[in-house]
Amino acid sequence: MKISKAEKIGNVILTVFMLVIAFVCLYPLIYVFSASISSVEDVLKGTVVLLPKNVTFAAYKKVFENPMIGTGYLNAIYYTVVGTLIQLFVTTLGAYPLSKPRLKGRRIINFMVVFSMWFSGGMIPTYLTLVDYGMVNNRWGILLGFACTAYNVIILRTFFTSVPMELEEAARIDGAGHWRTLWQIYLPLSKAAYATLALMYGIGRWNGYVWAMILLNKEELQPLQVILKKIIVDTTFGGATGGSGADSVVNYSEQMIVYAVIVVSTLPMLVAYPFVQKYFKKGMMLGSVKG
Amino acid sequence: MRQQKSLIAGVRSTLRYDGALYLMLVPFIIWYLMFVYRPMGGLVIAFQDYNLFEGIGGSQWVGLKNFKEFIGGPYFARTFKNTAVIGILTMLFCYPAPIILALLINEIKNSKIKSVIQTSTFIPFFVSAVVVAGIVTNMLSPSTGIVNAILEKLTGERIYFLSEAKYFRPIYIMMTMWQNCGYNAILYLSALSAIDPQLYEACIIDGGGKMRQILHVTLPGILPTITITLITSLGGILSVGYETIILLYQPSTYETADVLSTYMYRTGIQEGNYGIASAVTIFNSIISLVFVTGANYISRKVSETSLW
Repeated sequence: MKISKAEKIGNVILTVFMLVIAFVCLYPLIYVFSASISSVEDVLKGTVVLLPKNVTFAAYKKVFENPMIGTGYLNAIYYTVVGTLIQLFVTTLGAYPLSKPRLKGRRIINFMVVFSMWFSGGMIPTYLTLVDYGMVNNRWGILLGFACTAYNVIILRTFFTSVPMELEEAARIDGAGHWRTLWQIYLPLSKAAYATLALMYGIGRWNGYVWAMILLNKEELQPLQVILKKIIVDTTFGGATGGSGADSVVNYSEQMIVYAVIVVSTLPMLVAYPFVQKYFKKGMMLGSVKG
Repeated sequence: MRQQKSLIAGVRSTLRYDGALYLMLVPFIIWYLMFVYRPMGGLVIAFQDYNLFEGIGGSQWVGLKNFKEFIGGPYFARTFKNTAVIGILTMLFCYPAPIILALLINEIKNSKIKSVIQTSTFIPFFVSAVVVAGIVTNMLSPSTGIVNAILEKLTGERIYFLSEAKYFRPIYIMMTMWQNCGYNAILYLSALSAIDPQLYEACIIDGGGKMRQILHVTLPGILPTITITLITSLGGILSVGYETIILLYQPSTYETADVLSTYMYRTGIQEGNYGIASAVTIFNSIISLVFVTGANYISRKVSETSLW
């Protein structure tokens, strides 16, 4: 097939245009990173536009000296790891049986799951329920209260349905029960699905702040995002909303800390992505064959 | 006789074998009942003068009082209008953007450049709402932000973007688009990659140019996906979330920024007015349900694609 000259030029223009779009998407993050390692004066004067000026790691030093951020970091790791594992477990408990067409009562349970996608109690009743269960200021509230989402159950169920029945039958003849079949056949076959779910759940855990903010008032229990919200939002809005940031003196080096904190909190997610990327793209396609 | 016996034995062993399936479902169903359906039932407090110490059983039933108070109150018009406007703007800008992005990415021939562009547009999805709010407030800050530093050089003026009501919606839309566009494009890209290349070849042999290929092969190929996402987005048009808005709005921008869900958050969590907040939730859910059902109905009539 011959490619005409006009088409070649068109391709070049398109590629350049798309690279510009890619740059625009990355720019805010590049800027924050550059600002976080530049000197305060340069950032305030606005001379840092793309690349850092007068590189210094002073802001990072302050961030790591702050005990609140350290605690928040450890808590965030805890909630992300334990929370995601619980979510994967509960999602599997639902998805595996529901992928068996012979299961009795399958339609009712399916409906129970799907209905919650369109209609839910929402924040207030959920909060009051968790208060009733004594799950305020308690790590279990945040871990158990949000142990699975309907959409992910459906994705995993769809994936399990595509595993050939013969494999299950062969395992059964070899004397394996459902738990073993699940563990030794379904799990290894569903790496892409699990990588996708783990990433989605993990992002939700690491980035979520609303429920942690509502349920956890004790500082030693709060994850990073809640601490971040106090530093970032309450500092920058300290003046506007009537001084909610009583404990934070607003000064300009504070802003540098904000930039550094943003980098420190966002990095783990960006670092995790390349590792699951290969599975993730495969897994995302499952979303398009919703059932 | 013997055959019958073995059949019964077979049924029995299947029951024993499948028992594990039901065992797995037990904790799953209990979890759903405890953490999804019990809160759903908890919405009845919208019809109560709810008192935290009396609980649902002890609180007084007041019928539609909370609904009347909300709909007759001063905030109804404002929050409803803002929800509708923000929802429609999101629909107009943030819904088509990932489709266009996917079509453009799909046209890039060099696979390395393609994956670089896809990853770059996708990365903002990993950034948390708190951090996005932090980036926006800092970059737009009137005293120290880069945007105002540039603006001052160009026009000699500085603008406090986040405290002026007229800037809130554009900021919100741009922010939402930045965060989700690349992520939502993945779905369309996977639909695009599923199109049979032979269709393009046939189109080229018939003398079809780039535009004809897009119109007659590409778009019809991803139409089912577009229809599904369109129904979902139309259904969600009035469920504008509070997560990012409560981080960015302030009393001076409530006029354009305060939506149903943020109002629900303020009255419920911050003021402890659970009855009214639940009434707002029910109101919002019912409207959304009507929208989803309506969009689904129309789509089934027009294109035979539907969610159920």
